[in-house]
Amino acid sequence: MKSWNNKAWFLVLPVLLLVAFSAIIPLMTVVNYSVQDSFGSNEFYWVGLEWFQEVLSSERFHNALMRNLLFSAIILLIEIPLGIAVALAMPRRGWGVSVCLVLMALPLLIPWNVVGTIWQVFARVDIGLLGYSLTQLGFDYNYTQDTLDAWITLIVMDVWHWTSLVVLLSYSGLVSIPPAYYQAARIDGASRWAVFRYIQLPKMRRVLVIAVLLRFMDSFMIYTEPFVVTGGGPGNATTFLSIDLVQMAIGQFDLGPAAAMSLIYFLIILLVSWVFYTVMTQQDADAESGRGHS
Amino acid sequence: MARIVLNNIAHRYASSATAAGAADSYALKPLSHVWEDGGAYALLGPSGCGKTTLLNIISGLITPSQGQLLFDDTDVSHLPTEQRNIAQVFQFPVLYDTMTVAENLAFPLRNRRGSNKLGNADIKKRVDDALVMLGLEHLAHKKARSLTADDKQKISLGRGLVRTDVNAILFDEPLTVIDPHLKWQLRTRLKQIHREFGHTMIYVTHDQTEALTFADKVVVMLAGEVIQTGTPEELFRHPQHTFVGKFIGSPGMNILSCELAGDEAIVEGCRFALPTRYPALSGNIELGIRPEFIRLVDTGKGAPVIVTAIDDVGHHRIVRALLGRQLLDIVVAEGVAIPANPGVVFETGSIGIYQNARLVSASFAEKTT
Repeated sequence: MKSWNNKAWFLVLPVLLLVAFSAIIPLMTVVNYSVQDSFGSNEFYWVGLEWFQEVLSSERFHNALMRNLLFSAIILLIEIPLGIAVALAMPRRGWGVSVCLVLMALPLLIPWNVVGTIWQVFARVDIGLLGYSLTQLGFDYNYTQDTLDAWITLIVMDVWHWTSLVVLLSYSGLVSIPPAYYQAARIDGASRWAVFRYIQLPKMRRVLVIAVLLRFMDSFMIYTEPFVVTGGGPGNATTFLSIDLVQMAIGQFDLGPAAAMSLIYFLIILLVSWVFYTVMTQQDADAESGRGHS
Repeated sequence: MARIVLNNIAHRYASSATAAGAADSYALKPLSHVWEDGGAYALLGPSGCGKTTLLNIISGLITPSQGQLLFDDTDVSHLPTEQRNIAQVFQFPVLYDTMTVAENLAFPLRNRRGSNKLGNADIKKRVDDALVMLGLEHLAHKKARSLTADDKQKISLGRGLVRTDVNAILFDEPLTVIDPHLKWQLRTRLKQIHREFGHTMIYVTHDQTEALTFADKVVVMLAGEVIQTGTPEELFRHPQHTFVGKFIGSPGMNILSCELAGDEAIVEGCRFALPTRYPALSGNIELGIRPEFIRLVDTGKGAPVIVTAIDDVGHHRIVRALLGRQLLDIVVAEGVAIPANPGVVFETGSIGIYQNARLVSASFAEKTT
């Protein structure tokens, strides 16, 4: 059998070109900037890995990275269990199904900046329904001045916006479980918890891998909502990597460090996603290799 | 272990309730039946005849629209499945993927609460016994998801067998996914287990071989109704319904439309002697005779038939012949010559007369004439 066919490569060429223009060339431009310093508009000097060293050792980067990690961790810890819980509570048949699905899909249909604007106004203490009510009820709430309030506002907003995604994914996993599993569990006298632990959770595992990956990547790359709601403040309290990056690249026009930071940012997301994926699909791999020996 | 009594049980699925009142809308028509303690029953019938519905009513997965269900003398009609202590094995293997084989088997035992709770040593012993029973010792610590379909289904069976004190074990076509040569083995194993432990077992199938080899008593269902209950021998010798006659046996019973004339039946103008006199009956009258009880005789004797085909199935041959316009199957032993233009003779004692598909009993016939 022929393992190499030169003509076949012509068929792949259009895709290669598309990917080149959409991903590889822009990425190489960033790589290009990250190893050079620029003066004026067109003078570039080779600086090697200097920008990488600078970014990696800067406290500003460390702080933003920590904020990102904390934010993503909180988001995953809230949205995944909450999403599963809501999916479990949703009806499986009847008119309630469509109602629930439409309600769940609604937040997902709203553009990011609109979500940001909605919450920016909603949480304002002078005219926002939420902010005003909280203040009137005696809470000392002001997201523009208090770090904790700003974080809570962003987290609640993200939970409101994105838990639906986890719900829909979990729900799709739940409805695909054949009824015989629930029947067998009743025959075996399993408790509600055992049904969840040994049937529903394992059967949802594949969609949960997707949910965790999507929610991690999205929350780690969050930009629009904090930009609209808090603008990174108060102080630097909600300045995430993405906001910091934009300030550096466009605000201060430090193209070199910004490019180096983009690459580091990109590699972190890639690495963490890979770790999640490997850990969560480990079981499948074990089962596959086990089949060979049995 | 218990004697299971169905008292006028019937079921209608919710979606068909719109046709309320129509007898056809029943998935299971009103039925009373007793499953004796320790019996090995087969529930036989074509797909969609209500076998699974009946099974699920016994285990409590379905609440019947009407009727009463007793285990011994206790009314369990309203008890949830969990409290009925019933084991049920489904058509396709159901496993707890994240558990090992041994953990899967232990699961129903570990779920017990209160006075039924078992110690770890007891659980381990019962699981080990079940593993040996099913020949799965070498797989005990493998993850269940990595096994073949055969072994998975054995584990599903095993989860029923570890519970030695169950009221009954219900099998819902459990060998569908199993390789043919393993089916025999597993069925034999189930019979052994039945002899050893004396569980009440109800085995749903649409395969007559499976039903006849497994069960002491076979319950035949058709369109939501039990049409006959009996030993394999009884089903073969005295089918109460033309469906039983056709469904059991290979080939099935010959069912010929006929007219009655006292102690003779007239089929296509040929007269056949009957074991007793029958009164004049209305409706659709048919004569049933098994292919095994028809003899081919030389030209000029018996009722003349035209042979259309001869199938050699090894230890005997099946002759397909036309009696007038009606087809007959005749079993002819190996080595017996088949005449060129034969006639047929029916063994009088083996003839049954059916009115609207149901057997007219000989005693009824005698009484009314």
